[in-house]
Amino acid sequence: MDWEVVIGLETHAQLATRSKIFSGAATAFGATPNAQACAVDLALPGVLPVMNRTAVEYAIRFGLAAEGVIAKRSIFARKNYFYPDLPKGYQISQYEIPVVSGGQIVVELEGLEIPVRLTRAHLEEDAGKSLHEDFHGLSGIDLNRAGTPLLEIVSEPDMRSAAEAVAYARALHRLVTWIGICDGNMQEGSFRCDANVSVRPKGQQAYGTRCEIKNLNSFRFMEKAIEFEIRRQIGLIESGGNVVQETRLYDPDRDETRSMRSKEDAQDYRYFPDPDLLPLCIDVAWIERVRNALPELPDAMRRRFVSDFGLSSYDASVLTASFDQAQYFQALMHFVQGEAKLCANWVSGELSAALHRDGLEIRHSRITPQQLGGLLRRIQDGTLSGKMAREIFDALWSDGGEADTLIESKGLKQISDVSTLEKIVEALMAAHPGQVAEYRAGKEKVFGFFVGHAMKACGGRANPAQLNAILKNRLAGK
Amino acid sequence: MALTETDLRRLARLARIRVEDAEVGTLVTQLSGILGLIDQLQAVDTHGIEPLSHALDLEQRLRPDEVTEVDRREQFQAVAPQVEAGLYLVPKVIE
Amino acid sequence: MNLATTSLKQLAGALRKRQVSSRELAQAYLERIARLDPMLGAFITTDHECTLQQADAADSRIASGTAGPLTGIPVAHKDIFCTQGWLTTCGSKMLSNFVSPYDAHVIEQFKAAGALILGKTNMDEFAMGSSNETSFYGTVKNPWDLTRVPGGSSGGSAAAVAARLAPAATATDTGGSIRQPAALCGISGIKPTYGLVSRYGMIAYASSLDQGGVVAPSAEDLGIVLNTMVGFDARDSTSIQRPSEDYTALLEQPLHGLRIGLPKEFFSGGVSADVERAIEAALQEYERLGATRVDISLPNTALSVPVYYVLAPAEASSNLSRFDGVRFGWRAPQYDDLADMYERSRAQGFGSEVKRRILTGTYVLSRGYYDAYYLQAQRVRRLIVNDFKNAFTQCDVIMGPSTPTVAFGFGEKTGDPVQMYLSDIFTISVNLAGLPGLSIPAGFGQGGLPVGLQLIGDYFSEAHLLNLAHRYQQATDWHSRIPALASA
Repeated sequence: MDWEVVIGLETHAQLATRSKIFSGAATAFGATPNAQACAVDLALPGVLPVMNRTAVEYAIRFGLAAEGVIAKRSIFARKNYFYPDLPKGYQISQYEIPVVSGGQIVVELEGLEIPVRLTRAHLEEDAGKSLHEDFHGLSGIDLNRAGTPLLEIVSEPDMRSAAEAVAYARALHRLVTWIGICDGNMQEGSFRCDANVSVRPKGQQAYGTRCEIKNLNSFRFMEKAIEFEIRRQIGLIESGGNVVQETRLYDPDRDETRSMRSKEDAQDYRYFPDPDLLPLCIDVAWIERVRNALPELPDAMRRRFVSDFGLSSYDASVLTASFDQAQYFQALMHFVQGEAKLCANWVSGELSAALHRDGLEIRHSRITPQQLGGLLRRIQDGTLSGKMAREIFDALWSDGGEADTLIESKGLKQISDVSTLEKIVEALMAAHPGQVAEYRAGKEKVFGFFVGHAMKACGGRANPAQLNAILKNRLAGK
Repeated sequence: MALTETDLRRLARLARIRVEDAEVGTLVTQLSGILGLIDQLQAVDTHGIEPLSHALDLEQRLRPDEVTEVDRREQFQAVAPQVEAGLYLVPKVIE
Repeated sequence: MNLATTSLKQLAGALRKRQVSSRELAQAYLERIARLDPMLGAFITTDHECTLQQADAADSRIASGTAGPLTGIPVAHKDIFCTQGWLTTCGSKMLSNFVSPYDAHVIEQFKAAGALILGKTNMDEFAMGSSNETSFYGTVKNPWDLTRVPGGSSGGSAAAVAARLAPAATATDTGGSIRQPAALCGISGIKPTYGLVSRYGMIAYASSLDQGGVVAPSAEDLGIVLNTMVGFDARDSTSIQRPSEDYTALLEQPLHGLRIGLPKEFFSGGVSADVERAIEAALQEYERLGATRVDISLPNTALSVPVYYVLAPAEASSNLSRFDGVRFGWRAPQYDDLADMYERSRAQGFGSEVKRRILTGTYVLSRGYYDAYYLQAQRVRRLIVNDFKNAFTQCDVIMGPSTPTVAFGFGEKTGDPVQMYLSDIFTISVNLAGLPGLSIPAGFGQGGLPVGLQLIGDYFSEAHLLNLAHRYQQATDWHSRIPALASA
């Protein structure tokens, strides 16, 4: 039977605020255990939450970037359940009225643009961490992460393959980092996805029973986990079984998902409006201030790169893969007007390779747009051949400096001056009358012999195009 | 409405309160009494009345995103039942 | 100086004039507590060393001429206010080992004013009770009759002040926990408008109803203490920001033309004859002072009890989830696994009334019941608020009995929670509306036990309420009567 896969994603993006969502404790990653858990985070008797303005502003920023609707008035609710990493015994979240409703993320996959609708995005607090490595059979609780602001972004079940789900997650990751509300660090858990996966016979309207897969902390794992889950569900049904709605955990070592029993018991969260917090009111003026401060968004920039710079849509999407890379490219364009293609090739080619080799983010590149611009201008005016340019690039990368001074010191100027080249060619012909005769007798491949010697004679710095032209003329006896 | 023993045990588990068999009878009677009291509300016509969470109609105040807290782990963990290496210890959490 | 007959205002004057030092005052009160409290059980904790240190600091502050109105005055605090370095139990075994690592905003305010922490007073466990019979630290006795309850949940604070073991005490009021014990103990007590006193560091029972306040012998003393206690606090999202106010400023204003609203629901049945008689006499006194009576109606008064017993337990069931034996408080000595640790720690740490309310709250919030109970209760809550808004278009203040009867005996109502709940019928609606409420002594009823007159004002009318109470107390002496035990 033919199966259709249905996937929806719930993404938790940690908001890049200095302090926590309801307390003044720091959110920095990797502090010593519980050093960043203040009285409010620990839920000491009598403490109370107060909302962080920047966390709200980031939610608004996301809502606008994803073309969602910002609620003028939204409510914080308590989600009640007991867990050692949840100090209050409830999580402050948004239930009935989220701060952002609707919106969409346009996903690019194999040249196609697939819109994925968003259900909602709401603010909530993160929980702490349970460390399971052995404390003589006990677990250790670190509450540094407790109270870190999260934006939970819920998609509609619009994705039909693991590849689409990953493409969506990547696009979402690019957007939240692009607008600067999340550092996107998946190893540190700043961007976490849960996938709701179900299958149904092709053509069937009703959704199949879904399973929620947690702990997808890399795009690679996400794809593998979803692929496994799809196989598992189809296998289950085809062998006459049923899918049970449950939460499953992906185990990267075994490359499989397994049921999480602990989360299953007592799923009655008893949501109710948090009486310690009042309605969150966002006025139009605030929304407009945020809107006006939004940077140009990736899709718009991609289209602009195509229309204004005449780049292929492929080049444009590569360049807009990240905000920093796009910024680098635009800065570079200031120094090398009208050479978009050349700039694109070097940013996505040599530069990316070098960054990758040294494991650097582009914002920490060893070559500034200005330096690279200086180099590319010399390609533009024919001073450098591609080969020479790469040599200079490596020198700039390792020792810094300016392209022009390096060209001087290395004597790497390309010889394009006609008279100089003509002298070399005449000397050659005089030295090898035999070969000249052979060529004129129609033995065309002797031509290579002259090119080789001419290049050798000038240390390979001859402008190839010009050299060829002159040789052809002279050998033809003109 | 009257509460059953099953209801009571479900509530006790949700609330993480151990209930001894000996207590069940009394608790069911007392809670049923309380439910009897609050069930008076069912008779009230509240058509078109908005629920009220706070007597004073105010909106949430927002604080600037500033780190104002310092590390006070020592004092906070002085009152903790069981800590080790700065961590709160609990019976193994199963995932 | 006879502490039993000296008001807080007089004590402040004596300190200012150096007729007495703060240290002498502290020692005298601590001596009274040591001598009389064993009969009452009003205090859970005293700390002579700490209190006397604060007294010395206050004395030097007085000497340096930088003293404020409360500098050097000993004040007792309900054990619901977190007090750094002090055991803060909330009347519960759950917190019987909790030495608070921080101060509640209220405590900070009193420290800044130079007041002394005289001790922490007994209370119903987590403020859940109307008789102080649910405290892990034992019942508090009513100083007027040791066989009777002092009321609750601020029974310790009320009994301490009634026996003049403290010139004033802080308290909290979620459904009547200041006004009811003040009435049953023959003292004055005020619950300000919700949001005036910060809840930061005040251990939560029902967050949307809890409000800190004061008990003291007289309205004038209440005003002096309120001036220190009230104040905006950025750490409480529900704290109200408004220009600071002198709550003693209007005390002397005449009452001519005052319209007193009398809700028929507060007088029809339910109220015992002796209480009704005392209230009637008080109303006649107000008429002599120039006030007139207006008959009003608060039609939904009877519903305030069921509304309260949905909303308060719902909020409490969630507020008390943090007591899980992980980071502080009681943890069971033996358990099998995590779930068992939770269930045993909470079963052992909480008393039966707290468990009843947690279970009730869990029920009304659980799937399938939320709309029928919680949302419905919030709708009726709005009806109750509207009743008051409507009433205040017809009168300046609402008056009636604070309680249906005088202090009842121990064990009289513990068997039937619902009977106990119904004794708060006249006080609960004020919390649901977030209005300020005051109870003052208005004579005596059966068995020579105090009767309390309740004054309910519009939002932020505290200074006005204190004015009405003060004028009454100038014309009567009920507030200066003390139980025999206190003059001993």
